[in-house]
Amino acid sequence: MDWLETARDTFRRDQVWNFMMPKEVHVDVSKDVILYVEDLNVSFDGFKAINNLNLYIRDGELRCLIGANGAGKTTLMDIITGKTKPDSGSVWFGQTHNLLEHDEASIAHMGIGRKFQKPTVFEAHTVYTNLELSLKTNKGVLPTLFARLSQTQKDRIAEVLDIIGLTEQQQMDAGSLSHGQKQWLEIGMLLASDSRLLLVDEPVAGMTAEETEKTAALLNSLAGKHTVVVVEHDMEFVRSIARTVTVLHQGSVLAEGSMDDIQRNKDVIEVYLGEEHAEQAGAA
Amino acid sequence: MSAISSRFNTQLFKRSGEPGAVVAPFVGLLLVVTLFAGVGNLLIPETSMFYVSTYTITLLGKYLCYAMLALAVDIVWGYCGILSLGHAAFFALGGYGMGIYLMRQIGDRGVYGNPILPDFMVFLNWEKLPWYWLGFDNFGFAMLMAVCVPGLLAFVFGWLAFRSRVTGVYLSIMTQALTYALMLAFFRNEMGFGGNNGLTDFKDILGFNLQSDLTRVTLFSITALMLSLTLILSQAIMKSRFGKVIIAVRDTESRSRFLGYRTERYKVWLFVYSAVIAAIAGALYVPQIGIINPGEFTPINSIEVVIWVAIGGRGTLIGAVLGALLVNYAKTRLTAIFPDAWLFALGALFVIVTLFLPKGLFGFFGSVKNKMMGQPKPNLTEETA
Repeated sequence: MDWLETARDTFRRDQVWNFMMPKEVHVDVSKDVILYVEDLNVSFDGFKAINNLNLYIRDGELRCLIGANGAGKTTLMDIITGKTKPDSGSVWFGQTHNLLEHDEASIAHMGIGRKFQKPTVFEAHTVYTNLELSLKTNKGVLPTLFARLSQTQKDRIAEVLDIIGLTEQQQMDAGSLSHGQKQWLEIGMLLASDSRLLLVDEPVAGMTAEETEKTAALLNSLAGKHTVVVVEHDMEFVRSIARTVTVLHQGSVLAEGSMDDIQRNKDVIEVYLGEEHAEQAGAA
Repeated sequence: MSAISSRFNTQLFKRSGEPGAVVAPFVGLLLVVTLFAGVGNLLIPETSMFYVSTYTITLLGKYLCYAMLALAVDIVWGYCGILSLGHAAFFALGGYGMGIYLMRQIGDRGVYGNPILPDFMVFLNWEKLPWYWLGFDNFGFAMLMAVCVPGLLAFVFGWLAFRSRVTGVYLSIMTQALTYALMLAFFRNEMGFGGNNGLTDFKDILGFNLQSDLTRVTLFSITALMLSLTLILSQAIMKSRFGKVIIAVRDTESRSRFLGYRTERYKVWLFVYSAVIAAIAGALYVPQIGIINPGEFTPINSIEVVIWVAIGGRGTLIGAVLGALLVNYAKTRLTAIFPDAWLFALGALFVIVTLFLPKGLFGFFGSVKNKMMGQPKPNLTEETA
């Protein structure tokens, strides 16, 4: 009766067959850097959105990108996630994956997740389904057609729901959530996808002070396990989460360092507040 | 009692977004009606009030074919936002597949009595059958072609269009151009499909006389069965995770891409599935109507299907089917009374539905029912309507 046992074991309903599992992607971070952006240039109709930009993100760090409108923050994210192709330069994920050779779907498969500036969730689906669709699974057409949620996956969704505090709303349509809840759901979708590198564009836009605080705590708790890059305008928020801040200006890096260093940096003050302030700061 | 009705209500109109919550009761109803119509035609004497005329049977069969076509359009438009204005092309190609088989069945009973060549080829002084007519004597092969050729066309078209990320109005125009180009091609005698006369004067299908009542009732029943099957299958597909991804692609395609879904592949396969349903509908349509000609390719036909779906309610499966049945019934009645007024009526209906009932009649009845059952749900459509 051995074969019967084998057959039973093969068709156990609480597991996902190996061939249905997504193939693991190995990211080589032996040099402790997960993302290399070098000599990047992009221009749109003559406007240089990214100008000779160099940026290195260490594995497991939480990095904040700040900069005025048009500094190239969102364009940079577009390039990393494969939406925009640069004119020149290179973007490597770990030491072995050249991101410029891949499209959005395969970059997502490598483990780069993205949250948009405007919260973008599937409004016609429930919160639960939104997370189900984000899970790290085989995302080909046929496996998706016959996909069933395994117990491990259900537990993972429950865990994420708990982290983002939407357990009670799990059967609500995502479209009927408040703005802040949508922001969290989108962060939750990144969590459910188990992405290695999270690119988070303006996570606290339109949130109340209390919600902002919670989001800061959430992002802080993610660092280490994931690498998180946050784009944000809210300086208070940046101060509360950032260990390293990169200031972008006109498509290139203006300054990089801790928040205090940045606030004392002459170039940054000049760009942000005008020359007189810079002189005052220098005098003081 | 109220428990039953509230359960019925939640089952019926649980959520407008939920794919075809009422598929099972509808399929039951459809099969019962089919049974009664069949029995009414074959077993009940003509003098009885329960007698169903053969004309009615053919008419019902035609409506059901249109309903399948509407279902096909709803699958791509309602669930994935691909507004196809060329679905009649797949319908007509399926119809031509069946038409060629039926032509081969005529044999030497044509006007010219040629045992090999159909009448129009004799008329054009053709010497032998074109190569692409070969094999169509076999019913199985003919049906395979009737489904595979439109499917392949949909695959190639979809692969080119979706891979280049053509969406919205541009895609609609391209589908329209596709059906228009096919219409012009089929109008040409050199194509070998009967030119503007198309294929007609059919005699038998699988050896059964197409004019007999039994054959007609059987064809009608097969159509009802195929419609039921495609409804059930489509509901299952839309409820699977694949269907959820399709809706996700409709709402925010870029988000789905950044989650790792290759949205173009999902769209291509959905488009092929939809085209195959349209082709089956076309293949069932031709033996019941008795003719297929290039007029079926006209862009207007495709646009009319979109109107049926909009009126019935898109993204609901059943809504599209009901819309097709309702509008075509109204068309049959109205064109008999005021032949000139029909297009105005259709246009007015479309405008009213678009303005006041964005979810179509099905969505409207759903929200009215919700209101009456004491589930107040803020809904703009009710107030304006």
